[in-house]
Amino acid sequence: MSYRAAIGLRSYVFDSLAELLAKASPMRSGDALAGVAAASAEQRMAARATLADLPLTAFLDEALIAYEADEVTRLIVDSHDAAAFAPLRSLTVGSFRDWLLSDAASSAVLAAVAPGITPEMAAAVSKLMRNQDLILAARKCRVVTAFRSTIGLPGRLAIRLQPNHPTDDARGILAATLDGLMYGAGDACIGINPASDEPAKLRALWEMLDALIARYEIPTQSCVLAHVTRQIEAIKAGAPVDLVFQSVGGTEALNRSFGINLALLREAQDAALSLKRGTVGSNVMYFETGQGAALSANAHHGLDQQTCEARAYAVCRAFRPLLVNTVVGFIGPEYLFDAKQIIRAGLEDHFCGKLLGLPMGVDVCYTNHAEADQDDMDTLLTLLGAAGVNYVMGVPGADDVMLGYQSTSFHDGLALREMLGLKHAPEFESWLQRLQLIDAQGRLQDARSLQALPLHEAINQLGDGLRR
Amino acid sequence: MSELPKLISKESLAPSDPWTELRSLTPARIALGRSGASLPTREVLALGIAHAQARDAVQAALQVDVLAAALLPLGLPTIHAQSAATSRTAYLARPDWGRRLSPDSRGTLEALARSDGPDVLLVIADGLSAVAPQQHAAPLLSALLPQLQGLSLGPLVIATQARVALADEIAECFAAKLVVCLIGERPGLSSPDSLGAYVTAAPRVGSVDAERNCLSNIRPQGLGYDEAASQLAGLIRAALAAGISGVALAYSPAPSLPPSA
Repeated sequence: MSYRAAIGLRSYVFDSLAELLAKASPMRSGDALAGVAAASAEQRMAARATLADLPLTAFLDEALIAYEADEVTRLIVDSHDAAAFAPLRSLTVGSFRDWLLSDAASSAVLAAVAPGITPEMAAAVSKLMRNQDLILAARKCRVVTAFRSTIGLPGRLAIRLQPNHPTDDARGILAATLDGLMYGAGDACIGINPASDEPAKLRALWEMLDALIARYEIPTQSCVLAHVTRQIEAIKAGAPVDLVFQSVGGTEALNRSFGINLALLREAQDAALSLKRGTVGSNVMYFETGQGAALSANAHHGLDQQTCEARAYAVCRAFRPLLVNTVVGFIGPEYLFDAKQIIRAGLEDHFCGKLLGLPMGVDVCYTNHAEADQDDMDTLLTLLGAAGVNYVMGVPGADDVMLGYQSTSFHDGLALREMLGLKHAPEFESWLQRLQLIDAQGRLQDARSLQALPLHEAINQLGDGLRR
Repeated sequence: MSELPKLISKESLAPSDPWTELRSLTPARIALGRSGASLPTREVLALGIAHAQARDAVQAALQVDVLAAALLPLGLPTIHAQSAATSRTAYLARPDWGRRLSPDSRGTLEALARSDGPDVLLVIADGLSAVAPQQHAAPLLSALLPQLQGLSLGPLVIATQARVALADEIAECFAAKLVVCLIGERPGLSSPDSLGAYVTAAPRVGSVDAERNCLSNIRPQGLGYDEAASQLAGLIRAALAAGISGVALAYSPAPSLPPSA
């Protein structure tokens, strides 16, 4: 089916729903690289105007990637909740935006309709929304998940402690972990990106985090972000696995390039659930996504990168994850060229994920060849705080020495808490107060006056090792 | 009126964390101390300096004449080739342009082509850090060339606004049996000058990443020149003998390509 629009004397034709979405997308380098971006600013607005008049049901009538050819499409179609969609059924994409911003779309109503919203509807409406709209609508979507801590409650923010080391050195990782805990980070999880893929080395990381969490009764969960098959093997071998991680994408072909499919993710979820290690909840999955991944694997089927990304959220929501995050600036300037594009993409991803019912976090980040710096990350982090982001990353000094990019630091987490009055996950907050690391208001205490604390025992043990 | 604060002592501001000694366990930026919620001034400056060096490395243009002069003692002719990316901005946004020769360069190289191609063609490319080949290409090659005795070598090709795969098209022009691309890697905060070396046997336009072997982080603080040269020579001879490279080549060290090369 083709779509027509006229602006003044010029008329525009869009040959497919996929083309209409791509041409309506805000400018970004990845869509230009794919050859799907609008050729002019006016063409982009013509596409948006056409999209605004499109009924939401159009996305139920026309699949962007054929049902027969793609299991993500089959998942989206087969899991669509028609009853939840019923209240939205008469809306166009444009009126959907108006409704999302209205008082009628309360947190409770948004949660109720979420199973009726497809990723393509979310992507479409986001293309008509300004950054301000993406923030306002997302902050109404509350998604609460739990394992040993409860994440996503209003007025709270969690941090993934990311203590990576270039060679997975156990003492180096422990030092960075203790550093983060002393800064009040780690309530979302303690998650290591391993440099090695060797089962024995991975096992050592799981054992170390398990021992730390048990010894100091830390209400958090560990994750070693190896390939999902490695994690399933580890569970079978008896490793103490809390969360199972995997990068996922919005097309079957992209997931194939990651070496996964939906059945494998189901197997992983079942394996993690079988361990029953959660205390306050049973959300056991941790997913990462990011715009541009599909094109980089030549698995985008002519779709724009933001629509592909929204489809990845359909994969995520099938597995009741504890955490989902978009690693927004990691991929490089050929997909998101500069801070303007990174900031926009971060807000889009957070909004689309939340609208679909996901516990969204964002890895607010950039690489050294992107046109971005710490000031830009401050901007995006603050916007996401205002938008109610569930969690962000905590990397020592914002400098990930294993992955070679800049993310947000433990300090950035503290700054966001102070700016917006955001508290820790409740179980973690109680733990920090019990250790006197924070006061009753949640403010971090002066570390120099706290030498008797349990965590200092761990620090001193590491330090003793240095002196011997 | 509120009271003036008492005299502020510099020592009480942004104190170090009591676990500073743990810094020796990891290159990560731990125990930074804090000023309220924020980083102390010294740490804001330290990260700012590291990022500035990385940014300068990304933006730096390869000084082709200076590099050619440094390569002169090696006794091989040098040629300059340019990719289809006409500016640094275009290069960063469009990796596909950085993988193909400009029409002018294509014409120049085709005019030099010979049917009996060399065993090994050496391409020196700016990549994402021109600082790396500018500093490390000449000393690495002077350690490498003596270990390639008995093999026929093409001219040294200096390639600008180049991605790894540009070397494939250059090698195709020369009908080379194998190409080595020495290229500036994406600068890290503590390593703005890392050189990568990619070995591709039977190179042609369309060679894929799985067909390459890679040595990474070549620089005095990382993989040193002599060690890199001997590993590289071993790889070259193994790939030439097998007629293949990449994951299919049964030879360590380190196959395949890191992202964003």
